Amino acid sequence: MKFDTPAGANPIDRLKVVGKPTDRIDGPRKTTGTAPYANDWHDPQSRLAYGYVVGAGIGKGRIAGMDVSRAEAAAGVLAVVTAANAGKLDRGAFYVARALAGPDVDHYHQAVALVVAETFEQARAAAALVRVDYVRSEGVFDLAAAKDTAVAPKAGPFVSPEAKAGDFEAAFATAPVRIDESYGTPDHAHAMMEPHATVASWDGDRLTLWTAIQQMNWGVRDIAKTLGIAKGNVRLVSPFIGGGFGGKGTILSDAVLASLGARAAGRPVKVSLPRPLMFNNVTHRPATIQRIRIGAGPDGRITAIGHESWSGNLPDGPPETATEPTRLLYAGPNRLMRMHLARLDLPEGGAMRAPGEAPGMMALEIAMDEMAERLGMDPVAFRVLNDTQVDPENPRRPFSRRQLVECLRRGAELFGWERRVAKPGQVRDGRWLVGMGMASAIRGAPVMRSAARVRLDGRGMVTVETDMTDIGTGSYTIIAQTAAEMMGLPLDRVVVRLGDSAYPESPGSGGQWGAASSTAGVYAACVKLREAVARRLGFNATDAVFEDGQVRAGNRSEPLVRAAAGGELVAEDGVEYGDLAEWFALQTFGAHFVEVGVDVDTAEVRVRRMLAVCAAGRILSPKAARSQIIGGMTMGIGAALMEELAVDARRGFFVNHDLAGYEVPVHADIPDLQVSFLDEIDPAASPLKAKGVGELGISGAAAAVANAVHNATGVRVRDYPVTLDKLLGGMPEAA
Amino acid sequence: MACASAATAMAAMPTGTSARPAGGEQPVMAKVGLTVNGERRELELDTRTSLLDAAREHLHLTGSKKGCDHGQCGACTMLVDGRRINACLTLAVMYQGSEITTIEGLGQPGDLHPMQAAFIRHDGFQCGFCTPGQICSSVAVLREIEAGIPSHATADLGKVAFSEDEVRERMSGNICRCGAYPNIVAAIREVHEGARG
Amino acid sequence: MKPFTYERPGTPAEAAAAAASTPGARFIAGGTNLLDLMKLQVETPAHLVDVNGLGLDGIEPTPEGGLRIGALVSNTDLAADARVRKDYAVLSRALLAGASGQLRNRATTAGNLLQRTRCPYFYDTAQPCNKRRPGSGCAALDGVSRQLAVVGSSEACIATNPSDMAVAMRILDATVETVDAEGTRRRIGMADFHRLPDERPELDTTLRPGELVTAVTLPKPLGGAHVYRKVRDRASYAFALVSVAAVVRPDGTGRVAFGGLAHKPWRVEAAEADLPRGARAVAEGVLAGARPTHENAFKLKLAERTLGAVLHQARA
Repeated sequence: MKFDTPAGANPIDRLKVVGKPTDRIDGPRKTTGTAPYANDWHDPQSRLAYGYVVGAGIGKGRIAGMDVSRAEAAAGVLAVVTAANAGKLDRGAFYVARALAGPDVDHYHQAVALVVAETFEQARAAAALVRVDYVRSEGVFDLAAAKDTAVAPKAGPFVSPEAKAGDFEAAFATAPVRIDESYGTPDHAHAMMEPHATVASWDGDRLTLWTAIQQMNWGVRDIAKTLGIAKGNVRLVSPFIGGGFGGKGTILSDAVLASLGARAAGRPVKVSLPRPLMFNNVTHRPATIQRIRIGAGPDGRITAIGHESWSGNLPDGPPETATEPTRLLYAGPNRLMRMHLARLDLPEGGAMRAPGEAPGMMALEIAMDEMAERLGMDPVAFRVLNDTQVDPENPRRPFSRRQLVECLRRGAELFGWERRVAKPGQVRDGRWLVGMGMASAIRGAPVMRSAARVRLDGRGMVTVETDMTDIGTGSYTIIAQTAAEMMGLPLDRVVVRLGDSAYPESPGSGGQWGAASSTAGVYAACVKLREAVARRLGFNATDAVFEDGQVRAGNRSEPLVRAAAGGELVAEDGVEYGDLAEWFALQTFGAHFVEVGVDVDTAEVRVRRMLAVCAAGRILSPKAARSQIIGGMTMGIGAALMEELAVDARRGFFVNHDLAGYEVPVHADIPDLQVSFLDEIDPAASPLKAKGVGELGISGAAAAVANAVHNATGVRVRDYPVTLDKLLGGMPEAA
Repeated sequence: MACASAATAMAAMPTGTSARPAGGEQPVMAKVGLTVNGERRELELDTRTSLLDAAREHLHLTGSKKGCDHGQCGACTMLVDGRRINACLTLAVMYQGSEITTIEGLGQPGDLHPMQAAFIRHDGFQCGFCTPGQICSSVAVLREIEAGIPSHATADLGKVAFSEDEVRERMSGNICRCGAYPNIVAAIREVHEGARG
Repeated sequence: MKPFTYERPGTPAEAAAAAASTPGARFIAGGTNLLDLMKLQVETPAHLVDVNGLGLDGIEPTPEGGLRIGALVSNTDLAADARVRKDYAVLSRALLAGASGQLRNRATTAGNLLQRTRCPYFYDTAQPCNKRRPGSGCAALDGVSRQLAVVGSSEACIATNPSDMAVAMRILDATVETVDAEGTRRRIGMADFHRLPDERPELDTTLRPGELVTAVTLPKPLGGAHVYRKVRDRASYAFALVSVAAVVRPDGTGRVAFGGLAHKPWRVEAAEADLPRGARAVAEGVLAGARPTHENAFKLKLAERTLGAVLHQARA
């Protein structure tokens, strides 16, 4: 099915199943521990062996020598895989770091060996017996120090190194009101709860991986390319994934090493990255330094807006695209966005929840707060004034739907924004200084080609198969809702099978494209199935109404199940997209409002209340969508207040490489979060008129917290996280 | 409670002496008998086997998750002799005679524990990986409040009562990176209120 | 983790003898710190002596009017004990500020006293660390040190002691009771139990090899207002940046000790005389000779302000 004009009326609009706050259909499995994650896989028929990864102990250099003899001789050891015996390994097409070091070491904890043994305990013990002699070489580990060496990154599908309109420099120089500030965001870890894990099994030259990745099609492509085997000989299975946030885009060292280990041992091998290895072995959200310049007239209208970002990465790695949100968020005729990329020898920087928007808006939305303060304007009013309904770089390109102003206004009203005292440091509640802050949210709504297969069987059950993944997003549920709506069935008549590369190809979970794309593919397959059903039952497909398990046209009605009486009906189709994204800017919008307390003595910051108002097309499952938003807000609170990979710039690694050292929010950090969705349908987005929400919730959230801290204390922190040490100097004298 | 289980263990503990040096780097094996989800299980394990790995790799009870293996996330939370612990930071051989309840022992699809059902109703999970630990912890937290055990959030150490702040503090050893916290608190509140009638 | 043998003796004397007679032996109680470190090859015992069967899990009154806490009493049980809650509230509060509910259920009184530093370089065997590998150097000195010590540190080590409980025990003047393989019993005051790193940072305490902690005794109750305040970036399940344990009498006199500042619970008795004059005066004495790094100098101001908050709370 081709989607090249905005969607008209279709069976989804009935909203008998879609749009209802349904309990997740995978809930009974997840709450009873019976949902199988990669590391849970076992087969009583095969003798599973265990692999343990040895990580490099230097940040950059070379392996001068390795002694694996003690490890090989240790009890239970079946194989030791190193670069010396792994054979030629390529890299995948997405991540740039090599899965196995040798002779060069490119980053700390890059794998240098995999020890395979009969038991986990034996593999772990033998891994400690691998001796490696390193020759260190000079590395570059400090972004601030490397900033001046940064160059323009290569342009790519997700990377626009420079974007301009008008004459920024001239307009900024003459603007009556200006700010020009620098902001810093640190390296962040995905820290998903499930470690990267793979069970690999060879059957001749055919490889099966039970693994945990977000995009099955990328995984197949990348493991085949890395190992030099045919894509057709690879099968990936990921029915349940314990969180990803972009960190499990495609295969990583666990999958490559498990494959090599299984080949060497002649047995299925399970490899899980030990948590203390994860922070340096795989990818993270790179740190940024950002410079933002905004110029406005005394009336508050922005005349010039400039956003530059510096980030670093391994050779061939992409930049953090922090300037992207500024291209579309606010009006202003004179614009300049520029990315700079330095070479760093830290672990690989990669996509993490809302790449670009999340760190970019951490800076931009503080800058907007500062600008409003300088103008003497309310921060909500300042943003409303600078709304635009067209792409500011290309005014002939409107937004398909843009309700930012509505989000801001409804949020201000629901939150009681009018009670905010504009002058900072004025509100006390016992030992707490109290402040309110807000920020806008914008996040792209891309859609990608996606396919599915649907079956109607003799029991009247519809089964959906697609290689889409559910990383906690609710894919199982919204796909079931889509099929149920299309086929006129209740939800419990639909079975959904996901996460198997043998199923029709989807774009997987990432970039906030999963929900809209995968349900579109299911919609297309269901349209085909409806046609097949209509043919079997002797209806004209365009007239037939599918409702309550019946197919109806005119005054004739037949049970749907009858269509499968002569055998199962199967239909497969997908959606291909035309150029709607060139005609319309497709984005999701929101507004965050936060109240914080800052301890007057210790400067500890605690979030007291928080609200997000979102506009993101048709909300397919309000329950799961709300969860996606509060999850993003929670990660935003973490980014605002505590998350930072601490770089040891001499030794070249992230020091706090475990979940005690890298703090993410716990229950006690998170109050009851409020979410409100605006009614919206976006016919240009997808056949379901839906957009994703998985990354909108984090965009802007951290800045709203930082702005609230400023309102509470009067201290403006421009280097995240906003920890107490950065506030103490500006706190009132101790009582 | 801890006292009683220790006494039982001592009485049935020839394994203590059987786990004598076997020499070199060879694994040391030891026998342990414990009751898991109501079923008596006899295992012969490498002494290094954590309680978590014993359940996951030897009993194939994979509901309890290994999120960090270092007591920093709570995904492995089990109930041992009625108390919640991190099963990753303890050795299986130390639990001779103990009663272990894992997520599988609380309820199954079609026969859910009230806490499991409340988690589903309130969408108290997303990816589901921390969920077994969250649910085991939730069940124990309500018992701890009932038993009058104080927490960091207890204003008056002499008066322990249910509140959402108490729940948030007591559940803080169970990290959910997806950020389902408010929904988890709502689920626990519902079960608490249901239990009070 | 290398293979180890395992035994579970029945009496403290047997446990101490077992540890003494087996090379590379360690006691294991809750295991919440030891197993953590064994998985990382930081600790590599060849033999584990499980002390959970020793019957050391009771809390009894002493003839002097105090409490004798068995070494195996869990952190949960100690914090919840009615006598501790009433008469030693600072101890309950300190325990409840630490770790998580799951960890407190397993962690024991002796184990809490003996927990090792959380310095990230100590935890990473690829890095130099004088505490883990004497003579290898200290990577933290010019590395990431925000969490680390500002007072009492040495050129060899700037690690902190991570315990909350020990800070409260310190102002309560608790005494640690031990037994060794010969059956000799020893009583060590909390002031002398933990040590400063000086040139021997591998030694956290003054315990002798094979010596087993059997109990901790508390003198009779001090009265006064008991406060424990722990400051950290996230609201729970995190180690202290700075913590303050205080017992303050109505006349403003009292005792105060700090966590998160040093290799041991940090108490300067001489400075306590200044308590009625307020936090700044006390902090001057407590922090005299401080040698912070550029990353943790904020702890000096934070310690003073946290003490100010604690005194405010004690007065309220």
